[in-house]
Amino acid sequence: MTLKSNNWFINAFFIVVCLLIVAPFILVVSISLSSEDSLFEYGYQFIPRVWSGEAYRIVFEKPDTILRGYGVTIMITIIGTFLSLMLTALMAYPISRRDFRYNRPLTFYVFFTMLFNGGLIPFYILMTQYLHLKNSLAALIIPALMSPFNIMIMKGFLDKISPEIVESAKIDGAREFRIFFRIILPLSTPALATLGLFIAFGYWNEWYNALLFIDNDKYIPLQLLLVRILSQAEFLANSPMAQVSDKLQFAQFPTLSVRMAMAIVASGPMLLVFPFFQKYFVKGITVGSLKG
Amino acid sequence: MAKTQPVKLSAADSPVPGDPKARQTGWIRNEIRLLRKNRELLILALPGILFKLVIAYLPMIGLILAFKNFRYDRGIFGSEWVGFRNFEFLFKAEDAYRIIRNTLLYNFAYIITGTIAALLLALLLNELSGRLMKIYQTVLFLPFFLSMVLVGYIGNAFLDFENGFANKVLAFLGFPEHNWYLETTPWMYILPLIALWKGVGFSTLVYYAGMTGISTEYYEAAKLDGATRIQMMARITLPLLKPLVIILFILGLGNIFRGDFGLHYFIPNNVGPNFPTTDIIDTYVYRALTKLGDINSAAAVGFLQSFVGLVTVVSANYIVRRIDRDNALF
Repeated sequence: MTLKSNNWFINAFFIVVCLLIVAPFILVVSISLSSEDSLFEYGYQFIPRVWSGEAYRIVFEKPDTILRGYGVTIMITIIGTFLSLMLTALMAYPISRRDFRYNRPLTFYVFFTMLFNGGLIPFYILMTQYLHLKNSLAALIIPALMSPFNIMIMKGFLDKISPEIVESAKIDGAREFRIFFRIILPLSTPALATLGLFIAFGYWNEWYNALLFIDNDKYIPLQLLLVRILSQAEFLANSPMAQVSDKLQFAQFPTLSVRMAMAIVASGPMLLVFPFFQKYFVKGITVGSLKG
Repeated sequence: MAKTQPVKLSAADSPVPGDPKARQTGWIRNEIRLLRKNRELLILALPGILFKLVIAYLPMIGLILAFKNFRYDRGIFGSEWVGFRNFEFLFKAEDAYRIIRNTLLYNFAYIITGTIAALLLALLLNELSGRLMKIYQTVLFLPFFLSMVLVGYIGNAFLDFENGFANKVLAFLGFPEHNWYLETTPWMYILPLIALWKGVGFSTLVYYAGMTGISTEYYEAAKLDGATRIQMMARITLPLLKPLVIILFILGLGNIFRGDFGLHYFIPNNVGPNFPTTDIIDTYVYRALTKLGDINSAAAVGFLQSFVGLVTVVSANYIVRRIDRDNALF
């Protein structure tokens, strides 16, 4: 008995929704591929009036800044994703075990931080005054290492692994470390792949901690680079306080198409990776209740 | 370790407080025995426990800053106490009314539109199968993986006064053009729209994943009884999904006082004229910190955010618990 159908009406609905979702991407790509003159003349359009690869040529002409940005971003993405997955799994596994004595208090310990926290100021003071992490890669990696929501997703997945597997491994004489690394982790591939992708995107898109903690050019990730380009350009274009000399400088600022090309160069790689993980998503996401 | 029973997976073997057996052996000794028995799992969790301690729990001590006049040279503990003085600005300045109202209203709007849209999409997605469904899923999910910075660029492509696409459309239709970034009213619709565009894919997937977990037996039985698709949705899918909807709703409520900084900072471009309808607590605190260096007010606001968040979640959970114990979050 088939329970699903391919209803044309529902399909039509989704096609419209998908078009609405994709349209903004197309607009940005189109702007980046338009010639600057045509943008000034006709404004932004979905199909370039005059095609031009000039913007991308300019971006890659002096690649130093963007390459450094890539370096920082790739570094924090790789290190951060690995560490974060490890920490998340290590925390989620014990609290998913019904027979673990401290499962309730530890679950509370983790999720309480989701409901209550010190807020921006104490966190900022901790990071800069006590841990001395201003202007370091660690400032971009550490804050996002352990998210309660990810732990919740991981726990939801682990809850579905039957306790008998653990039980029989124990009868065979395996201890907890062995069970975790040899049995639980391999069984968790869908959840790890899904979470890994979420976490990797989190790091790739990281701008908040960069905004707070980075002012040294050496450690500027791609997204902060984009923030600076946009805010400087906007400041010079809109602000009545901008002096004539600033306005002159504006001429040297990335032009409209170059700005959009930068945005695509900075975000593109991850968006190309993402569809390959799609097959894990539905299997990997199970948001369980917090009750231990 | 070895002399305790080798395998026991039921929760029943951890003695409840007041268990006569536990009283006999002595409370401390029993506790140590259990600690040893659980130590391997505890060691696995240890890195996470320590990490949370430093990154999440230590800053909570800093909440006392809300009641102090912070000076860098004196540190958190050396600074003088000022009672509730840091909170005073909240009740005087008109800013306060504005940022609190904006934060609450926008968050309500995001939670409600997001939940309804995601549920609807997930229900419809659940009716489909095959290749096309996978494509829809991927497309819906795409914006979730963009940084708010990039969404700011996309917003700019539409809203730029001179070149933006939105104005081109308005001009084409014969309406007056808008200088979006300098206006207030449009943001009440633009921001929820962008939040929906960016977030709906994720919530849809969470609900859809929840739906795939529902046993097909229910549907088969319903079909034998001659139920229609709509009836199955209303009588089987939605009720079984209720716990998930409630969990996400309660969690959303916990952040009702905490706004989406990226959304409200990059999309309206952080320009003064649209603050009346775009400024939220988080952007205000960020400005207070970076532009004015006003650590004290910022700390007071941060304290309120955490406090109100906790109170909302606990009360929402309490209410849910009173109505239906099984659906409560904790």
